[in-house]
Amino acid sequence: MNPLIPDPGLLFWMVLSFGVVFFLLAKFGFPVITKAINERKEFIEMSLLSAKEANERLASIQAEGEKLLADAKAKQKDIIADAMQEKQRIVQAAQEEAQTSADQMIEEARQSIQAEKERALQDVRKEVASLALDIAEKVIGERMKDDATQRKTIEQLIDKL
Amino acid sequence: MRAIIIYIICALGFAAPIRAEELNVSKLIFEHLGDSYEWHIAKGLAIPLPCILIGEEGVDVFMSDKLEHGATYKGYHIAEEGDYEGKIVNAAGERPFDISITKNVLELFIVCILLCSVVLGLARWYKKNGFKKAPGGFVGMMEAVINFIDKDVAKESIGHGYEKFSPYLMTVFLFILTSNLLGLIPIFPGGANLTGNIAVTLTCAVSAFIAINCFAPKGYYKSIFWPDVPIFLKAPIPILPTIEFIGVFTKPFSLTVRLFANIMAGHIIILALTSVVFVTAKMGAGMCASMTAVSVLFCIFMNCLELLVAFIQAYVFTILTANFIGLAHDE
Repeated sequence: MNPLIPDPGLLFWMVLSFGVVFFLLAKFGFPVITKAINERKEFIEMSLLSAKEANERLASIQAEGEKLLADAKAKQKDIIADAMQEKQRIVQAAQEEAQTSADQMIEEARQSIQAEKERALQDVRKEVASLALDIAEKVIGERMKDDATQRKTIEQLIDKL
Repeated sequence: MRAIIIYIICALGFAAPIRAEELNVSKLIFEHLGDSYEWHIAKGLAIPLPCILIGEEGVDVFMSDKLEHGATYKGYHIAEEGDYEGKIVNAAGERPFDISITKNVLELFIVCILLCSVVLGLARWYKKNGFKKAPGGFVGMMEAVINFIDKDVAKESIGHGYEKFSPYLMTVFLFILTSNLLGLIPIFPGGANLTGNIAVTLTCAVSAFIAINCFAPKGYYKSIFWPDVPIFLKAPIPILPTIEFIGVFTKPFSLTVRLFANIMAGHIIILALTSVVFVTAKMGAGMCASMTAVSVLFCIFMNCLELLVAFIQAYVFTILTANFIGLAHDE
């Protein structure tokens, strides 16, 4: 037998069965499979894309949150600094006020002390003058002719003392 | 196929000292490479297959065991010699139209049934599970193969409009691969020399010829019969058109011969290596033992190589067909 000469019987069956197999598989087999594979591929691609988007969104949200936090911190710092300044200003103002009121009180006290002192001095002087007169009257034993003149003299004497 | 031969020859081999000289290795190999009306499993054990003969007197259908040992049935017998050696002929020595279910035809049916059940089973899996479930195991493996042919062979080689051709390429790839692999299994469901038979590869190549030429755009035919070359190459004597026209037929012809020759050569080498055991049987025990070891080692090596060749030839046939289709659609 010559292997290079095709056998008609086998050729007949081969054409028939290959044709039938090709028809069956091309109609009901491979298109279903490739369609499912392509659909899955698209599905995976879509899922990857949406996952990427979600990641990006998450990242932007995170950045936003960090920005908010930083802003809040800066604001807090500002507020604290302002408050410190305000506090210092208030303390200073209070100190100044206290100082002035204290000065004023001291001044008033000094003035009233001065006045009191002068009044007391005058009282003392009066008392001393009348005491001196009384003493002088008793010493001399007679009533002075002119009270006023005597008094003047005594006052002069006291001043000299 | 090898096991069958081994079994046959083992039976002979038990009587080796007496009968070894009767062993005709080339006859044995060519018997295997050809076809037979029964499926030989071991000595004395063969599956008879139906013979279907369309002669002048009408259609005759009977089992092949009616013709065993040169018997004549309904005027038909198996020719012992001549042009139709081993074939059924009528009393006058002429061939009827013989569409018997021979060993190769049965193997062809087994391959077709296997292919249909696997691929249609896969299709049902995808219909049932939709595309949101990832396949595993066998389905996953087949998906990888189908996807490879679809994307890396068809899409890569043909480009735009490849979807029309990819079912054909997948069919032809899986058909050749299954036939090649079944041919390597030496016991019953495999063992026939299907892709090493020119009728089978010729049919595959003719289908490739149809796929290449019958769906090509107008530019393809123009490039064959009126190519874009200086006028003297095509006008008085059509030199280039002739070359191009011959090329249209040499492409599928090369596909036919390449596949056929590769697979047949593989089978011949493995059978020859197996025969070494029995040829050396009469040369004494030491020679036979050492040559048997060599033969077995080489057979293992050749089988591994053939496994590789089974894939490579299926791939080569498919990718070349895809490339030819791609070239036809290039314009």
